[in-house]
Order: sequence, then structure tokens, then C-alpha cells
Amino acid sequence: MAASKNLVRSESGKIRRVVVVGGGLAGLTTVIKLCEAGVPVDLFSLVPVKRSHSVCAQGGINASVNTKGEGDSPQVHLEETAYGGDFLANQPPVKAMCDAAPGIVFLLDRMGVPFNRTPEGLLDFRRFGGTLFHRTAFAGATTGQQLLYALDEQVRRWETVDLEDDKGDRVPGEKMVRKFEAWDFVGLVLDDHGTCRGIVAQDLKNTEIKAFPGDAVCLATGGVGIIFGKSTNSVINTGTATSTAYQQGACYGNGECIQVHPTAIPGADKLRLISESVRGEGGRVWVPRDPTEQRRGRDVPESQREYFLEEKYPGYGNLVPRDIASRELFKKCFHEKRGVYNRQSGKNENEVYLDVTHIPSETLRKKLAGVLEIYEKFAGEDPYTNPMRVFPAVHYTMGGLWVDFERSANGSLVTGSPRNQATNIPGLYAVGEADYQYHGANRLGANSLLSCIWGGMATGPAIASYRKNLARSAWDMPSSLFERAEKREQKKYESILAMDGEENAYQLHQELAHTMLVDCTIERHNATLDKVLAKIDEIDGRMKRVGVTDTVQGKMNQGAQFVRHMQNMVVLARVIAQGARNRDESRGAHYKPDFPQRDDENFLRTTMAMHQGAENGSPATVRYVRELDYDLLGTPVHVTDAVDISLVKPRARKYDTAGAASAVAQSGPKASPAAQNAPAASTEKA
Amino acid sequence: MAQDKKVRLKVQRQDGPGLSSYWQEFELPWQPHMNVISALMEIQKRPLTADGKKTTPVVWESVCLEEVCGSCTMVINGRVRQSCSAMIDQLAPGGETITLQPMTKFPVVRDLMVDRARMFADLKRVKAWIQLDGSHELGAGPRQSQDNQETTYPLSRCMTCGCCLEACPQVNPSSDFVGPAAINQVRLFNLHPSGQMHAGERLDAVMGEGGVEGCGKAQNCVEVCPKEIPLVDSISSVGRDTTKRMLLGWLLK
Ligand SMILES: Cc1cc2nc3c(=O)[nH]c(=O)nc-3n(C[C@H](O)[C@H](O)[C@H](O)COP(=O)(O)OP(=O)(O)OC[C@H]3O[C@@H](n4cnc5c(N)ncnc54)[C@H](O)[C@@H]3O)c2cc1C
Ligand code: SF4
Ligand code: SF4
Ligand code: FES
Repeated sequence: MAASKNLVRSESGKIRRVVVVGGGLAGLTTVIKLCEAGVPVDLFSLVPVKRSHSVCAQGGINASVNTKGEGDSPQVHLEETAYGGDFLANQPPVKAMCDAAPGIVFLLDRMGVPFNRTPEGLLDFRRFGGTLFHRTAFAGATTGQQLLYALDEQVRRWETVDLEDDKGDRVPGEKMVRKFEAWDFVGLVLDDHGTCRGIVAQDLKNTEIKAFPGDAVCLATGGVGIIFGKSTNSVINTGTATSTAYQQGACYGNGECIQVHPTAIPGADKLRLISESVRGEGGRVWVPRDPTEQRRGRDVPESQREYFLEEKYPGYGNLVPRDIASRELFKKCFHEKRGVYNRQSGKNENEVYLDVTHIPSETLRKKLAGVLEIYEKFAGEDPYTNPMRVFPAVHYTMGGLWVDFERSANGSLVTGSPRNQATNIPGLYAVGEADYQYHGANRLGANSLLSCIWGGMATGPAIASYRKNLARSAWDMPSSLFERAEKREQKKYESILAMDGEENAYQLHQELAHTMLVDCTIERHNATLDKVLAKIDEIDGRMKRVGVTDTVQGKMNQGAQFVRHMQNMVVLARVIAQGARNRDESRGAHYKPDFPQRDDENFLRTTMAMHQGAENGSPATVRYVRELDYDLLGTPVHVTDAVDISLVKPRARKYDTAGAASAVAQSGPKASPAAQNAPAASTEKA
Repeated sequence: MAQDKKVRLKVQRQDGPGLSSYWQEFELPWQPHMNVISALMEIQKRPLTADGKKTTPVVWESVCLEEVCGSCTMVINGRVRQSCSAMIDQLAPGGETITLQPMTKFPVVRDLMVDRARMFADLKRVKAWIQLDGSHELGAGPRQSQDNQETTYPLSRCMTCGCCLEACPQVNPSSDFVGPAAINQVRLFNLHPSGQMHAGERLDAVMGEGGVEGCGKAQNCVEVCPKEIPLVDSISSVGRDTTKRMLLGWLLK
């Protein structure tokens, strides 16, 4: 098929824009890459992009720059990421990411991110979980905010840049980027062949629903933590966009892989994170040896403290990966009832100490002020002098929209291949926490900011080459296609406004979240998961009897919007719970006490979920597939659920000996030879 | 008894842009660790006024819930601040009524939600960015001293929340004063080794009408900035630089 010649204008003379939904790190990087490739973008976001959830990230971003002379390298980074994820991640994309990481951190530095410095004026790096190397660049303890701002500034600059046509002449009135902030993505526009031709979105300020053509669409809409209610996530992380795409035919990968972070502060509305960087800078986790200990944390003498992570995992200590640390904390508090005793409540609360009081306050102020400030504000205690009290909280979505990649001869990615980051819906791409690609069954700390930005760097060029080879621009499709999609979504919205049942969507959300949190996170049992699934079906049914709390039309209506998000959360909750039910093994964050071993023979594979809509009264179901075919620019592509483990051979995952995670690539800074002889059989879980 | 403890809110509501506002009171059961946002969330679950009348849930804006995104800013008991970090026990230890109002310097979208588009437009006006050659690999960035990082990092924590504009007497309908937040950005970028190369353009943007001269040095901004950004220092520093630039301009004429 011949590609359209003019890349700026469609045959009917319209400017050929693409659509990016989401302006966190992943979306913004994609936009920058597209602009540099000369592709104009319409950027949509629920909130001003500068307020995206990425702003929350505290600790830092990984890159093996090896400025501390420890012998770190991208190869070690790749190996530790694969090992940390318990081998569920495809390795070529991980390799490409780790190789690109130093360049990405340098780029961010050039963009003006105020990274902490060494006395020589170089970038400073700190330690994070799952590694012994100083690999994490950081800007105080608000790294995500600083990264987001740097990218936001560059995209704002592109908002002021005039579009040029194919002859290099400026097109009056057309800028490279148009922003649509306070818009909610509500659906894809799919043509008769199932190719994605744009989106339908709702202007939240006046509830107008409108279709937008796009030569390609990229979803960079982040994670789904709000399905679990209170988490470390921002309130907008409902997964509504990825759920919608899934319901329209996109495959969802490894839904069951949800990360629980070991250290967060209890709260009424949110469980605020205390970053892993606190342990990276020397923070220690402990509980009193005596479970009835009444003294305040700081008054408990050293000999009467149990540093249980350091004792059990001498190699990595407080910096074992998050799945392991969370399970240990859970065990201490839930099973052993050894949480910190609270005099007011008269019982052992589900809390352990996270202690930085031994670190000089000057160091704390320079490197961790942002996090400690949060503790001070929300817990009302001074963390500089009192050990903090923390407990695990749902944190990160490893699963997400399934995306493809094209492997290069050297085991990395083919640069600019339109397969990279492509979903199985032609013309639809996904990137950032919204995709499933980089972290396997457990993400290492500070790898997410990296995967978001790297993902954007891969997605921009992938979309540019897809668009270049597209036979027919979305902007030349008949207007009826877009009108139909618009009508469909308008009707759906009207039906929400008309709901006048007795149920309250916010209450139902609380019920769903409670079930998911208690029975589908740190420890999973099949019998309980069956009940979770039944509960999800029940809530699905009750959602039909919701009464919308606000019926106002033509003005901001958060009540009606929430009903839509809740409908979509129920759908993804089922994908998560059913995926967990099916995976009868323990791998990374997915832990079943009844199946404590990793089972590579049966489960070293991607969970690929397809939506099966509700039929005559029975609720929607999930269809799991082992392979699928999708169309890429007229050529069929066949993919399976096999994981590409061509670069790092799976071996047992253990963190008790130093250097075990990097034992093959090389010995780490403190690696012991014993670790290199770790058995290659399946792992015993803690 | 803790179970009977109540949280009382008095909320200034407005059904849409340009409409008149009215007050509504709410009474909710107290919970531990509660902040203003979790109280508003309770209203979503049971949208009833204190006297039991059915109403619509209050509209407000929030994202991060940890005082880092800037979205949830409102006027609480007469003081502009973030509602996520406004803890109920601190505001009303004895169950006093807490008043919530939208900011007054920005147009109301609905209830407590306002439109701060002008602040983002101001970031364009002062060219608050580095003039990047491109995002391809160009090696390490310029070296910077620890001192410079320690000066710029606090400045770069501005979350465009609008508290400073709300508190500034010079920001009002009859003035076009750009306000302290954007001026602080000029200082931030002019301190960066490559940002410096375009310092003049940013200074030009805050010279003259509506620029740095509009500041009356009342210092209200510093007092309300949640990130404790030294705004008056930034204004003075940018003021000095614009003066120098102006003088230089005359000399070269
Ligand atoms: C408290 C906390 C601390 C963290 N610290 C670190 C760290 O130190 N290091 C690290 O590597 N990672 C960290 N992470 C993880 C990391 O911050 C996130 O994974 C990452 O920022 C996600 O970025 P994103 O671009 O994929 O999505 P987001 O930043 O979540 O952005 C999503 C975007 O999509 C938009 N959107 C969503 N739905 C819709 C819709 N329906 N319509 C329109 N727009 C929509 C939103 O408005 C937003 O612009 C942390 C996470 C948390 C919660
Ligand atoms: S010091 Fe200047 S900017 Fe700050 S409040 Fe006063 S007049 Fe406004
Ligand atoms: S300078 Fe401070 S008060 Fe003003 S917008 Fe920024 S963070 Fe808010
Ligand atoms: S919600 Fe982000 S600052 Fe309050």
C-alpha cells in the first residue's frame, strides 16, 4: 500500500495530528519525541499536565553511570532488573532501557533538573532497593516533581512553536502542540477494520463530548492504584483509560502483578509514601523485641530492637526488593502480631519503625527533606528525632496494556520500529505505567521514572514511522465515523445522568477497594480469590442500580464522571483478581502461600487478558489467550505469551547473599563468591 | 466520646462560572487522621447538608494528596492553603466549624474549583524553560556546584498552586502584575548555566508593564508559600537584573 505523501496535511487539507492521552513523564516524553520528528500533537489530560501523578515520585531515577567507581554498568542494571522482576519481563526492551539510562539522566540534567551534586559538580547517585550499586540520580526527595517540570517546560515550549508544512513554511495559527487539559478520555474511534483513528473525550468543565481524529493514539495514562482504594497513588489513577481500551479490544498484560510498597504512612484519604530512598540513605526498619514495649521508639535501647530485614537478609538488608520487604512487614504485623504497641489503642498496631534518627540532620535535610516533610505534616511527628511508623501500601501497577517490541540482532530493540510499544489495536500505542513491559512481576525502585521516559523515547519514533507508512490518514476518514463514536459516548453519558437507583458509586468503590486490598495484595489464596471474584460480580450488578449524585448538565459534574470511572475500575478489578487466581505459583509481588515456588515450566509466561462483554444478564468475563495476531500497516504480526529471556537466564531469586542479583554479569561491590553458585532451581519464597 | 465527635464544614458554593455564590453547612462523623479532603470525600458518599437536605457533592480539585501537585488550593478559615495538608484536628481541635472558599483571584469553575490557566500562560510569557538543542544524546550536562544546586532546588519546587497570587495585594482585577511565582521562575532559569544564555529574553518579559516593578514589597507572598520559596529574594534579584539591563540598554543607545 502506498503511504500518503504529504505528512503535514491530509488529502483534504487538514493538519495531520496524532493524539497523546496523558501528560505524566511517559506522555510528555512521547510528545517531545514526536515534535522533534515533525509530528504535531493533540495532548489530553484529566488535569493540567504539570499536576500529573508523576509529580509524586520522590526517590530518584536509575542510570548506571558508575560515578562511584563500583563497576556498575548497563549490563548489571539489566541483569538486576530482570532478576528483580523474577524473570517475567521481556528482556530486549529492558536492555534497551538500561543502555539508554545514562543518556536519559544527562538529558534531564541538560533540561535543568536540579539534581544533587558531588563536590566536583558531577551528578550524585544514591542506593535503592534490589541493588548494591549507587545507581539512582535524585533531586532532593522530589525527583518526580523535578523531572515532570522539566518535561512540562519543554512541551510548553513546543506549544509556542509554529507548525511547518512539508516545504518548511510556517502554517499560520497552528502550533506543534495543542493541549486539552481537564478532558477525560472516554473511548477510541475504531474504523471498520478495527484500526484506531482517534479518540472521544469529554471536556470536564462543561461536559461536552467530542471526537478527535488522530493518525495514531498513544495512551500514557498511568497506573490503577485507586482500584485498591487508599494507596500511595494520586486520586486520578483509576485506570479508566486503559480499562476503556481493554473493553474495546486491547489486550491487557500481567494484570495480577501489583506492587505493594513496604513503607507508607496510614491516613484517612491516602497512604502517603515514605520513599525507599530513605532506606537508600541508611534508614533502618525495626520492631521492639518485646511486643509489649511501652516506651517511645527513640527510647528503646539498641539491644532491644529487632532489625528484622537486616537479620534475615544480610546481603541486601533494608534494601531487599519491595515484594520481599512488604511480605516481611506483613508477617511481622499480621501473623506474629509484633507491630509497634500503641498505648492509646492498647494493642499492637500494624506498624513498624522506619528509623533515620541516627543520620546527621544536615544530610537528611539535603537529601530527604521532601519526604520527611510529608511525614511531619501528615503524621504530626518529627522524623528527625523520632522513628517513623509505617506500613505497606499498594503502590505500582506492573501489569498494563500489552505492548509489542521488535528485537534487534544484538538483543536490544530496533530503533523506530512501529512495533515498539504498539498494542494489538492497530494505531494504538501505550507507554509508561499504563503498559506492562519493563518490570515483570516486581519493579525495582527508581526504575519506573526511567521506564516512563525511555518508553516515551521509544514510542515517539515508533508512532512517527507508523504514521509515515500509513496508507490513509485518519484526517481523510469520513466524518460519519467520528460522529458515530461521539453519539455512542454521548448516549453512554446520558444513561449515567439518568441513573436514579439507591446505590452510591463512592460507597461501592469503598467496598470494592476493601475486598481488593484485603484479599488480593500481599498474600493470595485461591479460595479467597474465588470470593473476591464473586464480590466483583456482585458490585458489577449493583453498579446498575446506582443513583448519580449530581445531575447537572453543561457544567463540571464530578459525580457522573466518577460513575464512569467506577464502571471501568470494576472491569479491571476482575482482570487483576482472575489473573491472580489463575497463576498458581509465586513470582515477585504475586505470592500464594499454597504455591510458594516459582514454576517456570507452567508460568514463565505473560498473562494476556481479553475482554468478553456482558451477555444476556451474565456479567462480563475475562478470556485469557496464549497467542494473538494483530495487523501492523497491512502485515499480520503473530505473538505469543512466551517471555523473551534471551539475555539473562532465569535462576533462583534470593537476596540473602550480597551480589546475588548481579552474580552473572559480574561480582558487585560487596559480592561474595558464594552468591555466584546460587542454585538454578525454583525459588523458595519467604 | 470519640464516636460522637463531629466535623463541621461551611462551604461557599457556586454552581458554575459567573453565577452567584451561597453557603452550605455539613456535619460529618470524625475519623482519625482526617484532613479537609477526606471530609469532602465523606460528603460524596452521603451528599446531605447539616439539616439533612439532599444536595450535590461539593466540587473541588485534587490529585496527589501530599502537597506536591498544587491542585487542591482553597481558602480555609480565611487563609489560602492546600486542603490535602489541612488536618482537621489542627484546624478544629474542639469541633469548631471550618469554612472553605474558592480562591478569589481566579475564575470559579464550580464550588471550590478555580481555573488557574493564567499561571500557565505566564510561564510561557517568561519563557520558563531551557532552550534545548534536542533530546538526542549530547553527553553530560554542564557541571554545577553544590551551592548552585542548593540555591536553585528550592526555587524549582514551585507547584503553581496560586497561594502567592491569592495573597498578593498587587494582583487584582485592575492590575496586570504578573505576580511572584513567574518572577521566581525567571530567577531560577537565569541561574542555570545554559538557561543563563537567554537571561535577557526572560528579563525583557518582566520589564515594564505588569512586570517586576509592580511588586509593592508587602511580603504576603512569602508568608503563604507552602514550599517556603524565598519569593521576595527572587523578586529583588530579578529586579536588580532588570535595572542593570535597562541601564545597559540606555548606555548602548
Ligand atoms: C508516591 C510515589 C512515589 C514514587 N517514587 C518513584 C521514584 O522515586 N522513582 C521511580 O522510578 N518511580 C517512582 N514512582 C512511580 C512513578 O512515579 C510512576 O510510575 C510514574 O510517574 C508514572 O508516570 P506515567 O507518565 O506513566 O503516568 P502518570 O504520571 O500517572 O500520568 C498519567 C497521565 O494520564 C492522564 N490521564 C489518566 N487518565 C486519563 C483520562 N481518562 N483522560 C485523560 N487523561 C488521563 C493524567 O491526567 C496524567 O496526565 C512513585 C510512585 C508513587 C505513587
Ligand atoms: S512582595 Fe510583591 S509579590 Fe509578594 S505579595 Fe507583596 S506585592 Fe505581591
Ligand atoms: S511560589 Fe509558592 S505560593 Fe506561589 S505558586 Fe509557587 S508554590 Fe505556590
Ligand atoms: S492534592 Fe496535590 S497539593 Fe493537595
